[in-house]
Amino acid sequence: MKKAIVLGFEVPRGPDGVSIVALLQAIQDKYNYLPEKFLRRAAREMEVPLIDVYSVAKFYKSFSLVPEGRHQIVTCTGTACHVRGSEKITEEISRTLGVEVNSTSPDGEYSLKCVNCVGACASAPLVIVDGEYHGNMTPLKAGKLFAQGAKGKTAVS
Amino acid sequence: MAPLPVKFKTKEDFLSFKQRSIEQYEKNRCYLAVCGDTGCSVQGSKNLYDQLEIYLRKQGYTENVKLKCTGCLGLCENGPLVIVYPQEIFYQRVEPEDIEEIIEKTVIQGEIIERLLYSDPVSGEKYIYGRELPFYKSQLRNLLEANWKIDPGSIEDYIANGGYAALVNAVTEMDPGAVVEEIKKSQLRGRGGAGFYTWVKWEECRQQTGRKFIICNADEGDPGAFMDRSLMEGNPHSVLEGLIIGGYATGAQEGIVYIRAEYPSAVEKLKLAIDRAEDLGLVGENILGSDFNFQVYLSIGAGAFICGETSALIASVDGRIGEPVQKPPRLVQNGYLGRPTVVNNVESLANVPLILRDGAQKYCRVGTEKSSGTKIFSLVGKVNNTGLVEVPLGITLREIIYDIGGGIKEGKQFKAVQTGGPSGGCIPASSLDLPTDFDQLSSAGSMIGSGGMIVMDDETCMVDIARYFLQFLADESCGCCFTCREGISRLLEIVKEISDGSAKPGQLELLKELAGVVKDSTMCGLGQTAPNPVLSTLRHFEEEYRAHIEQKHCPAGVCRELITYSIDQKLCNGCGLCLKNCPAGAVTGNKKEPHYILYDKCDKCGVCTTVCRAEAVIKQ
Amino acid sequence: MVNMILNGLDISVEEGTTLLEAAKFYGIDIPTLCYDETLSPYGACRLCLVEVGEPGKAKLFSACTYPVREGLIVKTNTKRVIDARKMIIELYLASCPSSKKIQDLASEYGVTEVRFTPKNDECILCGLCVRVCEEQMQAKAIGFIDRGVNRYISTPFERQSEDCRLCGACMYICPVCQARCQGPREEETICNACLNISPPCLEKYDEAMCYMDPCVACELEKEPDE
Ligand SMILES: Cc1cc2nc3c(=O)[nH]c(=O)nc-3n(C[C@H](O)[C@H](O)[C@H](O)COP(=O)(O)O)c2cc1C
Ligand code: FES
Ligand code: FES
Repeated sequence: MKKAIVLGFEVPRGPDGVSIVALLQAIQDKYNYLPEKFLRRAAREMEVPLIDVYSVAKFYKSFSLVPEGRHQIVTCTGTACHVRGSEKITEEISRTLGVEVNSTSPDGEYSLKCVNCVGACASAPLVIVDGEYHGNMTPLKAGKLFAQGAKGKTAVS
Repeated sequence: MAPLPVKFKTKEDFLSFKQRSIEQYEKNRCYLAVCGDTGCSVQGSKNLYDQLEIYLRKQGYTENVKLKCTGCLGLCENGPLVIVYPQEIFYQRVEPEDIEEIIEKTVIQGEIIERLLYSDPVSGEKYIYGRELPFYKSQLRNLLEANWKIDPGSIEDYIANGGYAALVNAVTEMDPGAVVEEIKKSQLRGRGGAGFYTWVKWEECRQQTGRKFIICNADEGDPGAFMDRSLMEGNPHSVLEGLIIGGYATGAQEGIVYIRAEYPSAVEKLKLAIDRAEDLGLVGENILGSDFNFQVYLSIGAGAFICGETSALIASVDGRIGEPVQKPPRLVQNGYLGRPTVVNNVESLANVPLILRDGAQKYCRVGTEKSSGTKIFSLVGKVNNTGLVEVPLGITLREIIYDIGGGIKEGKQFKAVQTGGPSGGCIPASSLDLPTDFDQLSSAGSMIGSGGMIVMDDETCMVDIARYFLQFLADESCGCCFTCREGISRLLEIVKEISDGSAKPGQLELLKELAGVVKDSTMCGLGQTAPNPVLSTLRHFEEEYRAHIEQKHCPAGVCRELITYSIDQKLCNGCGLCLKNCPAGAVTGNKKEPHYILYDKCDKCGVCTTVCRAEAVIKQ
Repeated sequence: MVNMILNGLDISVEEGTTLLEAAKFYGIDIPTLCYDETLSPYGACRLCLVEVGEPGKAKLFSACTYPVREGLIVKTNTKRVIDARKMIIELYLASCPSSKKIQDLASEYGVTEVRFTPKNDECILCGLCVRVCEEQMQAKAIGFIDRGVNRYISTPFERQSEDCRLCGACMYICPVCQARCQGPREEETICNACLNISPPCLEKYDEAMCYMDPCVACELEKEPDE
């Protein structure tokens, strides 16, 4: 792949050089969020108005402007998962861990996000904990998945 | 592995490499294909693969028994899947504990292990060979067949199975006009949703001069669909080959694959494929000694459904927010960087090498007159055999859902099938005999779309489905144009009122009127199709809407505000399971005595129903 | 020059213009909210919808963004167009009744009923401010943030922008801030006052003497019942 180094990040290059979206992705990958400092630097380095960088950062779902939790919990809310009851699973996780959807628990331990389809619909409904996929979830199983986690230990799989 | 060759300079270089790859491939006839697709990995196939590898190494079998981590094998429901070659014995739901038996019995002695065979959920019949399964028998797997045979990471496997021959032939023997002509004859229509003839776009682009671009749309935002992902994970080179041929035909020297970030594994496979094709000189300068240059770039999406729309996609590749612009001017005139640009879907591109390899005539023999070829569907939801199916265009929904899908889960009643994702609609049982082609499904208010097919049973509420899609679209609309942003949010408001029972009579009429205007007046495809889920459910299930409004009753028992849970005092044996598991603490009762649900605490999560063994929980 | 048919009339217009400009040139009024002559068109408010294409196959497009083309058939006042506009105005009224411009449009199109729950949002996201800031003031201090129903206009990090020179152009151009309608109260969204009353000068002089918009006399007339 064609790459370029911008602000010390390795960023894939397109036909027109590096795009701001690609640069922000590299930053997000490294820090798990987009620190303001870097957004300002990115704007200067790429010579784009700061407002454009900020609006890109807020437009796309995979960017976050606040630090995300140490454990990333993603529930799938795609159609296949929805018809097999994913809503209740999200609720159950949210309740067990005390995290609102699309936010991070106050202790910085968990972030709960919803995505629309991770492409494993055959095993719907799905929950992904720190990159590990758990299929055929039920509210009960989901609750158990985190039962220990809620007591202060890390999430179990 | 064949030794890394230098870049191909002529057709002969390619042919001799192909010969060597075939020899290599033939030598390793005895292998195990383990599905490594995301679908099976969820069910533990990664671990299974690792354990197999360890076992083979420990026993010293690595020379004679090879392992292949393949792409999606199709029947995701019963994963992890393992196919034992050369016999092609099909094992399903394989656990690490089965490894020793598979190797020692099946691989070494050729014995079949009964317990791992697939048995039909209805008839109970067992099948040894993959091809005989009813699930596969009614399919026509032109695109997906290779998934069984090749390791997606190996360009040699792909070439040995006939890959890149079409590209080499096109570049060395055909001029771009002839390639477009062949695609025209094949009548290939875009698989990304609109069903637009691919050759029209290509020809228009070919006529333009100067710098041009061809973009592969791998955004697959349609929730509940994973055809494109499986193609990219299982056979990335076929997509890449289609893209390069597209570049050659249109005169674009730069190709971009726009792929969504939610598919990390597909991104990796594609990256690897591009690198390997570059190593062999199939991508780069002076491909096969000709004056055709082609570079491929990867652009990774950042999570936005709207970026599947072509003009928004281009904005996103350019690093801007994904806001569509009104067409005209069309992209072939004014696309990426203001240059002529063609956007093609993954599956459309994967069809291209097939057409060139077998000839348009043979390609046309499959499908219907106006919709040629095959189409991949992701068959999911409440159906027995969920997974990836490929069928000739024009076969009926009934064949797909009953013959291939094996009918509805747990013997329940079929209610509707949702096709076309958020832009499509729900098709009721009365239309099950509609052929699936580009034109017929729209007569029932839906469309093929990208190929998601979500089967619903009588426990699915149509109002809830409409609400679900509207919520999805309200979040995913870019918010630029008023009728899309405000229109969808008002549609959602009304549907929410219907689903919680607070809707006034007359809301249905308003809903229809507003839906019509939104459909008519928005700028891009998202808004124009946004009312479809509402309109199609209204059309076929108006009674259900009326029940919500007039009787404040949800027939499917889904809409929370309209249902209550209670415990049948006669059936309850006081086991206390519901009390223990109720997350809201809404169950009381003494041990061994019938329990009660406290209505004001109950938040209707339904956990009690799932744990109760006496079936004493009543949902009304 | 480009030849086309506008409301049944054969017309010829300069190449590179838009349907909206062409219609204006021929004296046909098309309502707009997000258009300004000095700024690039954005196509966001959807009020300027017109019907383009052969009868039977025609589709609605926003006139402000549609470039003229040889042989186009355009209709600006069909039932389909007017019905769509009416619904759009109703949606606008429900979400932002405090804009005089929107109230006037409602009167003009006879929208007398709002069937949606009133929201009292201030901003209609027409984007005029964003474009004036960028294109006329060369500042780029504000932009669109977030997406879908959550979209709003703001500065980077929601703080005073270093690029903002406090020129006020954004407020000047805003169709909501510019002239506020004080008419509707909380539970109702339609005012229908200014445009629907005949100016008091008519009674005295047989013709209206006032070229003010909004008419000061009318505004004064209203005062006693406040
Ligand atoms: C809101 C919206 C989302 C879309 N998402 C996708 C997508 O995820 N993948 C895709 O291939 N096409 C998608 N499309 C269709 C594309 O705009 C376009 O028609 C297609 O990529 C063209 O390729 P084809 O001719 O090969 O089908 C989408 C369209 C709209 C309006
Ligand atoms: S809908 Fe959840 S994985 Fe596809
Ligand atoms: S003026 Fe054309 S869409 Fe607003």
